[in-house]
Amino acid sequence: MFQILSKTELAQGTVVANEIMAPKIAAKARPGQFVILRVNETGERIPLTMADTDPKRGTITIIYQVVGKTTALLKSLNVMDYIQDIAGPLGRPTPIEKKGTIICVGGGTGVAVLHPITRGFKQAGNKVIGIIGARTKDLLIMEDKMRAATDELYVCTDDGSYGHAGFVTDVLREQLTKLGSEVKEAVTIGPVPMMKFCAKVTAEFGVPTMVSLNAIMVDGTGMCGCCRVSVGGKTEFACVDGPEFDGHKVDFEELGRRLTAYQKQEKEAMDLYQHKCSCAANQ
Amino acid sequence: MAEDKVKKEKVGRHQMPEQAPEVRRRNFKEVPLGYTAEMAQAEAGRCLQCKKPACVEGCPVGVPIPEFINRIAEGDFVGAILKLWEKNSLPAVCGRVCPQENQCEGQCILGKKDQPVAIGNLERFAADWARGRSEVPMPPLKPKTGKKVAVVGSGPGSLTVAGDLIRKGHDVTIYEAFHKPGGVLVYGIPEFRLPKEIVAAEVNFLERLGVKVECNAVVGRTVTVDELLENEGFDAVYIGVGAGLPRFLGIPGENLMGVYSANEYLTRSNLMKAYLFPEYDTPLVKGQHVCVFGGGNVAMDALRTAMRMGCDDVKCVYRRSHEEMPCRAEELHHAEQEGIQFFYLHNPIRFIGDERGWLKAVELQEMELGEPDESGRRRPVAKPGSTKTIDCDMAIIAVGSGANPLVTATTPGLVVNKWGYIEADEAGKTKKPKVWAGGDIVTGAATVILAAGAGRKAADSIHQHLTWGW
Ligand SMILES: Cc1cc2nc3c(=O)[nH]c(=O)nc-3n(C[C@H](O)[C@H](O)[C@H](O)COP(=O)(O)OP(=O)(O)OC[C@H]3O[C@@H](n4cnc5c(N)ncnc54)[C@H](O)[C@@H]3O)c2cc1C
Ligand SMILES: Cc1cc2nc3c(=O)[nH]c(=O)nc-3n(C[C@H](O)[C@H](O)[C@H](O)COP(=O)(O)OP(=O)(O)OC[C@H]3O[C@@H](n4cnc5c(N)ncnc54)[C@H](O)[C@@H]3O)c2cc1C
Ligand code: SF4
Ligand code: SF4
Ligand code: FES
Repeated sequence: MFQILSKTELAQGTVVANEIMAPKIAAKARPGQFVILRVNETGERIPLTMADTDPKRGTITIIYQVVGKTTALLKSLNVMDYIQDIAGPLGRPTPIEKKGTIICVGGGTGVAVLHPITRGFKQAGNKVIGIIGARTKDLLIMEDKMRAATDELYVCTDDGSYGHAGFVTDVLREQLTKLGSEVKEAVTIGPVPMMKFCAKVTAEFGVPTMVSLNAIMVDGTGMCGCCRVSVGGKTEFACVDGPEFDGHKVDFEELGRRLTAYQKQEKEAMDLYQHKCSCAANQ
Repeated sequence: MAEDKVKKEKVGRHQMPEQAPEVRRRNFKEVPLGYTAEMAQAEAGRCLQCKKPACVEGCPVGVPIPEFINRIAEGDFVGAILKLWEKNSLPAVCGRVCPQENQCEGQCILGKKDQPVAIGNLERFAADWARGRSEVPMPPLKPKTGKKVAVVGSGPGSLTVAGDLIRKGHDVTIYEAFHKPGGVLVYGIPEFRLPKEIVAAEVNFLERLGVKVECNAVVGRTVTVDELLENEGFDAVYIGVGAGLPRFLGIPGENLMGVYSANEYLTRSNLMKAYLFPEYDTPLVKGQHVCVFGGGNVAMDALRTAMRMGCDDVKCVYRRSHEEMPCRAEELHHAEQEGIQFFYLHNPIRFIGDERGWLKAVELQEMELGEPDESGRRRPVAKPGSTKTIDCDMAIIAVGSGANPLVTATTPGLVVNKWGYIEADEAGKTKKPKVWAGGDIVTGAATVILAAGAGRKAADSIHQHLTWGW
C-alpha cells in the first residue's frame, strides 16, 4: 500500500498531481522512467511517468490527466488515502548527457513527463530551450517549473489565450531555423499527433528527436507484448525497450490506432463509474 | 488377500465428475468437481501396491505413489498428504495440471491392460481434503539460523524453495514483480483449471510459516540481485522468474488490433479478471471469430477462455497434426467437448486488417508432415499452392515463450546460454556465487512439477551452502 501525501489540482481539475510515499522506487528512479499502479483490488494497471522524485523523503510525484475510469478513480483519492499497488521504476531512463543545445517540446500532460528530462539536460550543462503548449491558457501546466528548468521558455496556446497563438510546431520550426546546427537534439512529449508533427519538423532540419510513447500496457516488464510499437520497421516493447524512441522512425499511425483498442469498454467503464458516483452523491 | 486384488483389478477407473460441456463452456468455474472420500477410497483400492512401482519412475520428483494411495485407501487422509509433501510441495496444483498421461499414470502397470490408476485425481483429492484442516499438523520449523534468502519470482519453483527453506530455519523473502504471487499459476493457468483460491491458500500457508512476500518488486529495476546480496544482507538468492517473453510469429499484420500474445490475453483474463469486466476494470475484447495459434497447454487455455468469454467460433490452428499436440490429453479432450474447432496442419502467414486497423481475417498455409526434426517429431512443411483465408477478428499467439532478460541483463556474473536461459547445475547453482536458479528460466518453458522439483533441489543446495559453506 502506498500513501498519498499531497494532492494538487492543475488545469481546472482536469490534471492532478500526487506526491506518494514509495521509498524504494524513489531511491532508484531516473528521469524518463514510469511506474505502473493499480488503485484498488478490482482496478486496472496503468502506467504513469514520475514527474518528480524525492529520494530523501522517499516520495514520487505523478501528474495525470483525468481521461477515463482509472484516472477518475485515482482523482477520487485524497491525502492520507492509499493506492493499492505501485511497481517501478520501469522503462529505460532517458540518456542524458552534455551535448550543446537541446530543445524540449511538451504538449498537454506531456509537459509533466517532459519536466524531469528537461531539468536533467539543464543540470548536465546543456543550453535548454523549452516549448510548451496547451489547448487554452487554463489547461497549461507547470509553466513555472519549466521556466526554472530551461534557459528560454516559449508558451503556445491553440486558441491564442496566452503566449504564442498556435501550435508548438510553429515555435519549434522558428527556433530550429534560428539556431541551425547548434541544436543537437530535440525531445518531444505529448499527444501522439503532436509528437508526430514535431518529429516531421525536426526531420527537415536533421535534428535527432526523442519521443516518449504511451502505448497501452499491462505488466510493464516485457512479458505480454501489449505495448508493442513499430520503430524503423521493427517491433519493440515500449515498456522495456522504451518508452523513449527515435521519433523519426516511429510508426505514429499504428500507435494512434492501437490506443483506441478498448475505446468501447473504456466508455462503458467510465459511464458506469460516473453513474455510481452520481447515485452515491444523491443519497 | 490375493483374491481381493484380483477382484479389485476388474473395477474400472473412477471418473471424476465434471461440469457438463454445454454448461461449463460459458462459465469460469472449475471443470472437474473432485472426488468424494468414497470415490477416492474406491479408486485408491484399484492400485496394486506394486513392489517396484513403475508409476514412481514416471514422476519427475519421485512422489511415493503407492504409499500415499494406500493411505487414502485406508481412510488415513492425513497420512496421505504428509506422504505427498515429502516429495511435492504443491500437490493440489500438480494433481490438476501435471501431464499425468506422460508421467506417473503413463507408467502405471494397470494402464497396460486397463486404465491406469487416477494418480493425479487422488493427489488432488488428498490435497483438497487437507487444505485448511486443523487435524493436518503444521510442518515442524527448525530453530532460526539467522540466514536470509531472497527468492525472485513466485512461481511453483519459488514457492517450493521458500517453503523448504523456511522450515529449515532460514529467513525467506519472496520478491514478485506482479501485484499477486503465484507466477503462471495465477496469471497464466485459468480459473476453470486451477482455482486461484488454491494458489492463494498455498501462499498463505507459506506466510503463516513466516515467509515474507513482497509484491510489486521488479527485480532488475526496483532492486537488483547484487543489491539484495550486498545492501539488503541476503546470504543467497534463488532466481525463478520463469520464461516470460512472448514469442510472436513475425508475419505481416501482427500489430493489428485484435492480435494478442497468449501471455497478454491470459494475464488480462486471469490475473486482471477481465472476464468479470466491468466489475473489474481491465477490458478484453470478445471476438466473433477467434483463432489461437499453437497446440500446447497455453493454446488450450486461450481457446477455452475465448469460448467462455462468449465466442462461438473458436479455432485452434496448429501446424502439425493431432498426434503431435503437446498439451495435456485431458485439456484437448475438454476443449473438443466444449466445441473448439481444430485446424490441424495449418500455419498462419498473414494477418489482414480493416481500415481502422482491426484484424478481420487471417491467411493460412496448409502443411504436410515431412521428415522428423531434432525433436523427433515430423517437421511440418508447406503444401505448395494451398492457402486459404478465413474470418478472424481475434488472434491469440501461443507458440511458446522465451527468456525475459530483465533480471539476467542486470545481474553481472550470471552466465546465460545462447537463448538467454540461465546456466545452472543439477542443484540449481549458477556461475555467480550465492545465486541459484531454477524452473523455466533455466530449462525453457516446461512444467509445474519440473519447476517445483528444481526448487526442491535448489533449496537443499542453498541449505547446505548456508550450513556448511559449500
Ligand atoms: C509509459 C507511459 C507513461 C505515461 N505517463 C503518463 C503521465 O505521466 N500522465 C498522464 O496523464 N498519462 C500518462 N500516460 C497515459 C496513461 O497511462 C493513461 O492516460 C491511462 O492509462 C488512462 O487510464 P483511464 O482508465 O483513466 O482511461 P481509459 O478509460 O483507459 O482511456 C481513456 C483514454 O485514454 C487512452 N488510453 C488508455 N490507456 C492508455 C494508456 N495506457 N496510455 C495512453 N493512453 C491510454 C484511451 O485511448 C482513451 O482515449 C502514460 C502512458 C505510458 C505508456
Ligand atoms: C498458460 C499456461 C498453461 C500452462 N499449463 C501447464 C499445465 O497444465 N501443466 C504444467 O505442468 N505446466 C503448465 N504450464 C507451464 C508451467 O506453468 C511453468 O512451467 C511453471 O509455472 C514454471 O514455474 P517457474 O517457477 O519457473 O515460474 P513461473 O510460474 O514462470 O513464475 C515466474 C514468476 O516470476 C515473476 N517475475 C518475472 N520477472 C521478475 C522480476 N524481474 N522480478 C520479480 N519477479 C519476476 C513473474 O511475474 C512470475 O510471477 C503452463 C504455462 C502457461 C503459461
Ligand atoms: S507430481 Fe505429477 S507426475 Fe508426480 S505423481 Fe503427482 S501428478 Fe503424477
Ligand atoms: S504402477 Fe499403478 S498399480 Fe502399481 S503402484 Fe503405481 S499406481 Fe499402483
Ligand atoms: S506492457 Fe507487457 S510487454 Fe510491455
